[in-house]
Amino acid sequence: MARYVAQRLVIAAVTVFFILLLLFLMLELMPGTPFNDERLTDQQRAVIMEKYGLDRPILERFLKYMLMMLKGDFGISYTLNKNMPVSFMLGQRVGITMILGLQAVLLGLAVGMVLGIISALNHGTWLDSLTSLIAVAGVSVPSYVFALFLLYVFAFLLRWLPIRYNPTDPGLSGVLPVISLSMFTIATVARFLRSEMLEVLGSEYILLSRAKGLHEGAVIRRHGIRNALIPVVTVVGPLVVNLMTGSLVVEKIFAIPGLGSLFVQAITVNDYNVVIAISFIYSVMFVLTMLVVDLLYSVIDPRIRLSKGGPA
Amino acid sequence: MERKRILSIRDLEISFQTTDALIRAIRGVRLDLYQGETVAIVGESGSGKSVTVKAVMGILSSNGSVDNGSITYTDPDTGEVFPIVEMSQKDIRSKISGQRIAMIFQDPMTSLDPTMTIGKQIMEGMRYHHQVPKKEAQRRAQELLDLVGIDNSKRRMKQYPNQLSGGMRQRVVIAIALACDPQVLICDEPTTALDVTVQSKILELIQSIQKEKNLSVIYITHDLGVVAKVVDYVAVMYAGRIIEKGSVEEVFYDPRHPYTWGLLSSIPDLNLDEEELYSIPGNPINLALPFKGDPFAPRNKYALNIDFEEEPPLFHAGGKHRVASWLLDPRAPKVDRPASLERRLKEMKEEVKRHE
Repeated sequence: MARYVAQRLVIAAVTVFFILLLLFLMLELMPGTPFNDERLTDQQRAVIMEKYGLDRPILERFLKYMLMMLKGDFGISYTLNKNMPVSFMLGQRVGITMILGLQAVLLGLAVGMVLGIISALNHGTWLDSLTSLIAVAGVSVPSYVFALFLLYVFAFLLRWLPIRYNPTDPGLSGVLPVISLSMFTIATVARFLRSEMLEVLGSEYILLSRAKGLHEGAVIRRHGIRNALIPVVTVVGPLVVNLMTGSLVVEKIFAIPGLGSLFVQAITVNDYNVVIAISFIYSVMFVLTMLVVDLLYSVIDPRIRLSKGGPA
Repeated sequence: MERKRILSIRDLEISFQTTDALIRAIRGVRLDLYQGETVAIVGESGSGKSVTVKAVMGILSSNGSVDNGSITYTDPDTGEVFPIVEMSQKDIRSKISGQRIAMIFQDPMTSLDPTMTIGKQIMEGMRYHHQVPKKEAQRRAQELLDLVGIDNSKRRMKQYPNQLSGGMRQRVVIAIALACDPQVLICDEPTTALDVTVQSKILELIQSIQKEKNLSVIYITHDLGVVAKVVDYVAVMYAGRIIEKGSVEEVFYDPRHPYTWGLLSSIPDLNLDEEELYSIPGNPINLALPFKGDPFAPRNKYALNIDFEEEPPLFHAGGKHRVASWLLDPRAPKVDRPASLERRLKEMKEEVKRHE
């Protein structure tokens, strides 16, 4: 197991390295530089570029940046907050994004599971159709559409909830962003769990546990949900990614000072170091989530856990 | 000793509502089971044999309903009577399933919960029904594993189904069935999914446990040959009805219904070098469509004109032997069993004699 984890960590590191390299190249290909002020003369711009080392060949810059990163230094911001260390800029924002993301994942999993189980147990009834409808809508409608819709109804028309997010005291202002972020998770988990649950409920071991004389609730709880939930772990990885991309726009809509909104701003003004640093955080988060999901899966499913060491 | 009737099924009718039709799966089944005795229900897929016992266990699928008839369970120890058809599903589960009647399913590869240890699955029933303390339950589960012939039972308790072979899993399923000391054991094709070499071992195991605990056993099978050696009575089902029943000698060595002839002829026999394995022509009738007369008539080369008009009643054929075929009507022409089957029956009798 330790060997397997070590192997996976190395692969994860390599993956992140290549993501960064690719991103570095892409940023280089984007039009313009961080210093696009029209009042700057070419000469002045060249001086600034030299000052920040941007006149050097790309590979040299990349390697230098990687070395800095290993020491925990993400460089400084060129445009957004002139000369402010990127790590300091991010430090203020990572927390907000993470907390909102975590809340959205938890809400999504909880509501998704409940919906999935309800619709599987009421298979073929109007309850099933209703939850399926919610699920299809949740998967196909992008989170920012939900965000705008919720904002319009609950914050603008009904005035139940605040329009803007308040970073110092989130309280109610966090409700709408979390809901809009979690819609996709809710829908995916509900759909997935429903089909897993239906399959499990049709299995012979459910019949056997009924024949044992367990009452229906115990059958569903002990044998049904347990077995149906295991595969759901596999969809959590992709869901986290979706949360990240969703946060880019949702943060903008609710004026949340998080990573996502900073990311969008940084890209538009070519603030290289900020873009790279945030991408780094996102890729590490993604790769780690995938790793955790894989490990978790082998821990909770005895079939996988045991097959690694061969038959006992 | 007086025979104690433990289960009696009368005029049972069960139908299933599907999206496009009402399927009358069971059409008037009558069957008795006595303490310590063994009955085999034999028939093709879809003949209604599994549905009958599922009704007894209260585990019919949700679109199925018992339209008529009764299933009465009489506890041989206490004399308590349970009218199963009238009982709620909850009641059946808490009083009958698992505790008085236990069931073994066809495929041991899929009938165990893949994510629960074997020990837990065996203990579940007793912990649930009798609130047996954990220590005690563990001890008993281990004893059961020993009883069904699984070695190293202490270690096995903590293992998962995928660590066991098919034969061992079926032994575990038997251990689960025995966990609450049932009086009746229903075995739904218990050996179909197993290797031939394992089949007879499982049957022997069931037989020895039956003797030890004075269990009544119902076998459900499509293969008469497999169970012939272990059962007392045989009921042959076709299209939701019992078409021939009697003691194993009566049905096995003196079959009267052309369908039973077909079933017996289609058992592969290594002693005879036949060119081709016999199979009953045609397919079982679709019970969703209306039909007239005997549903077996279209596949029956001995069918009389009346077979296409009216379904035959059960005729007495001596002893406990009952046959639903117009051939037994005194007015019917005399029809002999096919010569090849006759040879076969003779051989089987001799074979049994050699073993005795």
